[in-house]
Amino acid sequence: MYRYDEFDATFVRQRVDQFRGQVERRVNGELSEEEFRPLRLMNGLYLQLHAYMLRVAVPYGTLNSAQMRKLAFIADTYDRGYGHFTTRQNIQYNWPRLPDVPDILEHLAEVEMHAIQTSGNCIRNVTADHWAGVAADEAEDPRPHAELMRQWSSLHPEFSFLPRKFKIAVTGASADRAAIRYHDIGLRLKKNGQGEVGFEVFAGGGMGRTPMLAPRVRDWLAKEDLLPYLEAIMRVYNLHGRRDNKYKARIKILVHALGAEEFTAQVEREYARIDAPHIEPEQQELKRIAAYFAPPDYDALPGDDPALALRLEKHEDFAGWVERNVSAHRAPGYGIVNISLKPIGGIPGDASSDQMRAVADLAETFSLDEIRISHEQNLVLPNVAKRDLFALWQSLGEHSLADANIGLASDIIACPGLDYCGLATARSIPIAQDISRRLGDPARQREIGDMKIKISGCINACGHHHAGHIGILGLEKRGEEYYQITLGGSGDERASVGEIIGPGFSAENLTDAVETIVDTYMGLRENGETFLEAYRRVGPDPFKEAVYATH
Amino acid sequence: MPLIRNGEIVADTWRVLEEVEDIPAEGDVIVSLERLKNSTKQIAARADRTGVAIENSADPVELEAHLAHLDLIALEFPAFTDGRAYSQARRLRTQYGFTGELRARGNVLVDQAGFLKQVGFDSFEVTDGQSLEIWNASARSMTLTYQRGYDGGQAIREFAR
Repeated sequence: MYRYDEFDATFVRQRVDQFRGQVERRVNGELSEEEFRPLRLMNGLYLQLHAYMLRVAVPYGTLNSAQMRKLAFIADTYDRGYGHFTTRQNIQYNWPRLPDVPDILEHLAEVEMHAIQTSGNCIRNVTADHWAGVAADEAEDPRPHAELMRQWSSLHPEFSFLPRKFKIAVTGASADRAAIRYHDIGLRLKKNGQGEVGFEVFAGGGMGRTPMLAPRVRDWLAKEDLLPYLEAIMRVYNLHGRRDNKYKARIKILVHALGAEEFTAQVEREYARIDAPHIEPEQQELKRIAAYFAPPDYDALPGDDPALALRLEKHEDFAGWVERNVSAHRAPGYGIVNISLKPIGGIPGDASSDQMRAVADLAETFSLDEIRISHEQNLVLPNVAKRDLFALWQSLGEHSLADANIGLASDIIACPGLDYCGLATARSIPIAQDISRRLGDPARQREIGDMKIKISGCINACGHHHAGHIGILGLEKRGEEYYQITLGGSGDERASVGEIIGPGFSAENLTDAVETIVDTYMGLRENGETFLEAYRRVGPDPFKEAVYATH
Repeated sequence: MPLIRNGEIVADTWRVLEEVEDIPAEGDVIVSLERLKNSTKQIAARADRTGVAIENSADPVELEAHLAHLDLIALEFPAFTDGRAYSQARRLRTQYGFTGELRARGNVLVDQAGFLKQVGFDSFEVTDGQSLEIWNASARSMTLTYQRGYDGGQAIREFAR
């Protein structure tokens, strides 16, 4: 994984010093809150309902053990002993004090981390497939490109005061685990007819109150042209994106208003006159970054481990966990271990400092010192030898981290909602907890199969409800929370936006409605089709009838 | 409204011309884009320097035919969060080869000093009450820049990696 050199280290430290000065000016009144706001946001600091919230970047979701231990230390020292992993592969602390924040950032800098641009109207932390570099279905590891974009977007002089926030996601795989078409820019590495690897570029996707899937603006972009091409897109957006209404300021609105064709033409015109040789990195620099992501020295192992086969036979719980939580690795004899942060009835994405330290230790012992954060708010140990799976599973169990529910009904994405967030209109966490308890029986959720339930506590859609097979949006009317259900959304390579099925539900009736939807699916599914496949076959009507007949 | 250039507060020799005023033959004046387009010959014949102030929604292409007669272009920040002028500046410097003075005016805050310099601004009409000391500290707070092809700071390009 990437390691800071002197340049990166100095850059981050200067940034910490700069912010320390800004905090001092705010505290002594030289800066008004209005002036301070965009400055603190660009350093990841929000003012929430009850306190400040600090969002720390985990660039493209990759961490080592020392970094995870530092996150645990910060949770213990400056927060209340836990952190919340988010849908953008970041971690949020909910209770820091303003004067402590520069110190927290200094601690982060010690382990090559920062909170730069995890908020604000700038290019946010670049996200990537959480199985990048180890997935069996990959054309190329997207992380070197993600790192290049992290560097390029950090304090970009031209693009730090955009009309609105800007999110870039990248994948190198055919299966989309990064929801690229729901991003302002989505990038997919693929091979062309000559076997060369380049980018397929999508622009203008997003969630929020106007969900849109990004249209493709370039079928093929040579890898070395990435930064100049991104600058062209950013410049068109910076100059022409709307600034009169923050709900219409995302690039998706510009792309939609111009039409994908005209938007693409404007980008191509800008790209044609951009001084690409001055913007693009030298080959040497690309190689330098890529070298950090060279595959580790895997042991030469047989594809199947005989001891594992025996244990799978004898330990039903272990077998169930392997089936749901361990995924195919590109190296023989290895697996990708997905650690669920969705205990039944728990808070999605929360981890205690003890759990963080445990994961750090286990990553060191079993995963070549590497950890990933997934946008589904789970953790990943990407490099586990199959012969170690049993021992790892036992250790995870000791820390309540062995839930075998990856991709199942209780693997729910939820935003912090009204329990923390200043924008929320309804609670998300208790809803997730209730649904998790209702559907969380291990045998039952295995029977239900692949199911993505996603919950947002307001129209901004941080809980990705538009991309949920079952999406839940919490709203408020006359002081009462109510919840709208959408069905059929997906963030994968066949992305779709969920459709609202009808009037909303109270918090009390919502879980019944969700259960009715699940039961309806169980009744009508054919030949082992998943919920999403069934929904796409039959459409919303059977679900509407079932839900609104009983309520 | 103090004017900062090269890290110092300097006297402003430029005067923004009112729409009702005739264009004088002498003195450094800043005119509107309309004026610039409508009085091209008169401006070309002036003894002293001419600048133009444009809205941040204007396309720099409109200035292309006049660049030879322009010594200053003033770009507008109606709010410090409205960053369009950064891209206008960048285009003027890199795509139109403008080498005269690029002035930032409007709601210009010290904390933007570094970014403004990097995209090619060289004079700044800053909001009253901001100290020169803080402005210069801000402009120097980041000495490194990851982006290639921008001014100011030590870019990766020059850094031995």
